[in-house]
Amino acid sequence: MTTITRRHALRYLGASAILLAAAAPIAATADDRTSVKIGYAVSKTGGNAGGVGITTLPNYELWVKDVNDAGGLELPDGTRLPIEVIEYDDRSSAEEVVRSVERLATQDEVDFILPPWGTGFNLAVAPLFDRYGYPQLAVSAVTDKAPEFVKRWDKSYWLLGGGHDYADALAKVLSKASSDGTINSKVAMISVADGFGIDLVTAARPAMENAGIEVVYDVTYPAGTTDFTSVINEAAASGADSFVAFSYPPETFALTQQAQVANFNPKVLYLGVGTAFPVYGKNNGANAEGIMSLGGIDYNNPENMAYRARHEEVTGKAPDLWGSVITYSSLQMLQEAIKRRGLDRDAVSDELSNGTFQTAAGEITLEDNQLRTLWLTGQWQDGKFVAVAPTDRDGATVPILPKSAWQAQ
Amino acid sequence: MLMTTLIAGLVLGGSYALLAMGLTIQYGIARTMNLAYGETIIASAFAAYLLYNNLGISPILGLVIIAPAGFVFGWLVYGILMRPLVARSENTATLEINSILATFGLLFVIQGVMLVIFGGNYISYNYLNFGVEIIGVRVAANRLLALGLALTIGGGLYLLLTRTRWGTTLRAVAVNPAAAPLVGIDANRAARFAFALGGALASSGGVVVSMYQTFTASSGVIFTMKALIVVIMGGVGNLAGALFAGLILGLSETFVAAYISPGLTIAAVYIIFLVILLCRPAGLFGKVQK
Repeated sequence: MTTITRRHALRYLGASAILLAAAAPIAATADDRTSVKIGYAVSKTGGNAGGVGITTLPNYELWVKDVNDAGGLELPDGTRLPIEVIEYDDRSSAEEVVRSVERLATQDEVDFILPPWGTGFNLAVAPLFDRYGYPQLAVSAVTDKAPEFVKRWDKSYWLLGGGHDYADALAKVLSKASSDGTINSKVAMISVADGFGIDLVTAARPAMENAGIEVVYDVTYPAGTTDFTSVINEAAASGADSFVAFSYPPETFALTQQAQVANFNPKVLYLGVGTAFPVYGKNNGANAEGIMSLGGIDYNNPENMAYRARHEEVTGKAPDLWGSVITYSSLQMLQEAIKRRGLDRDAVSDELSNGTFQTAAGEITLEDNQLRTLWLTGQWQDGKFVAVAPTDRDGATVPILPKSAWQAQ
Repeated sequence: MLMTTLIAGLVLGGSYALLAMGLTIQYGIARTMNLAYGETIIASAFAAYLLYNNLGISPILGLVIIAPAGFVFGWLVYGILMRPLVARSENTATLEINSILATFGLLFVIQGVMLVIFGGNYISYNYLNFGVEIIGVRVAANRLLALGLALTIGGGLYLLLTRTRWGTTLRAVAVNPAAAPLVGIDANRAARFAFALGGALASSGGVVVSMYQTFTASSGVIFTMKALIVVIMGGVGNLAGALFAGLILGLSETFVAAYISPGLTIAAVYIIFLVILLCRPAGLFGKVQK
């Protein structure tokens, strides 16, 4: 009589699992191509998970669902192939994202790789994308060095502008309000001592000077700061009518709360990443009114509104009001380029550089591999985060200044 | 200006102290270094958020539900995960290493569960977010509550530990876990109770912090780090030490931010930490082991 112990059973189970796993790729390669493999490494855990969870991952998932529901990616001959996703979690570690992208390119041999979230992470993987010949549609990366990067890595695309774009737009808004007599010409500025804050404040200093705005308070704070009492007191005492913070989401939320507690009512309140999250408007209600930040959208753009409705329906939450629509549009560009040129990565890259695309963010033609038609400043007005700059672009709303005082909750 | 900074510092320090007290009890009395401590805080913050957002239960009422839940959780974790480690560790040093490894695993389990349920998004809500005037200084009511809780819990537990028989039992286990049974103390039970108490304190801290601080499923580590600094600075297992160390940290952060530069707050914290450890290696209130 044979007794099957648990250990035996486990061993057989293990052995059969290995055999099955080994057999699977043979079955796949024996056939002709049955799918398009798309891989990405994003931070599902760790410090960046908050940003990824709102701007990047939901859009990747929405796009894959949209494409596969329609029967797959369309190729030039009209056939369709479903997308097969290979996803890695980089745990918010730069080494890990490099390793994962390398793995996607060499071991998984995916057809296309979607970029990670964050300026630093996109720069970390750019040489790999370049070496293995993958186009890199970097969205969640704000950098002034994009023209330089495009020369170095000709298949890299930079879609969210640079610090100078946002700082110049803000300086123009302030300078206009100042010459209208709405606010004085002084600004108090704080910034997080990390990639985004450093980039933006470095660009903002000369931008303010050129616009005739005097920076009377300018300090940096370490990421993760939770108490801004002293900063707010100093800024209030500086005599500036405008308060600008190039901050990350946790600090953006903290500053909003603490400014109310301190009854600090600057005439212009401009905060960093997080202001354009739908939850920001929801949490702060009437007190969000008049607060400005980077981004904004045109609520009269039907494509964008249709995208927002579908995003909410599929992922269960609204997309943010800055980078999300660009993320989705970059995927639509990839989809359209594949439809026009097939799965050859060089041809697709060429199409991305030179083609014109209809996307959720409107018609897009890249200039020198960069997206230059962007909304740079937004403001909460009537529960909507509307785009107010550049003022000469179609769909811009006039900013409402000064911001009204905080209301008791 | 001076008064504003002073009060802001005390209020900030209060929340540091509140967050560190549970860890100091777990580490000092139960002798287990709980690396999943911050995750307990975040889990409680999520619970408070859910109760408030979905059921409309105010976080203060939520505290009444969540703190006992934290106690039960600590009780179970100690019974299931820690007890076998305590039984097989020959001395406190091995127990410390074993508990660090085990709770390091626990950290990822709790974090993973939270990520699956809530995703990686930033969570925040507004509660008690209005100014309260104290000697002419406006302080956020929710932060004041944190300071109040820290003082009440810290002071109350300190009295319990030093003035009652029950507290003496716990301290006996903290001082010498091997000798405590000789005088009829059930060391295992005391340690388990202390660990569970630490869990309840972590949960209370989590609920209060959720009222004013943005959190994500993966931000537990930051809380563990901060709590660990406070615990080591104050002297392991010493509640009064945790309270003082927390307040010192809060005060130094706000004073540096106000008078030097907000960019140097973290540097200042670590310099003070270093100086205290150089002068008093066992922490402010710690006794040097012979």
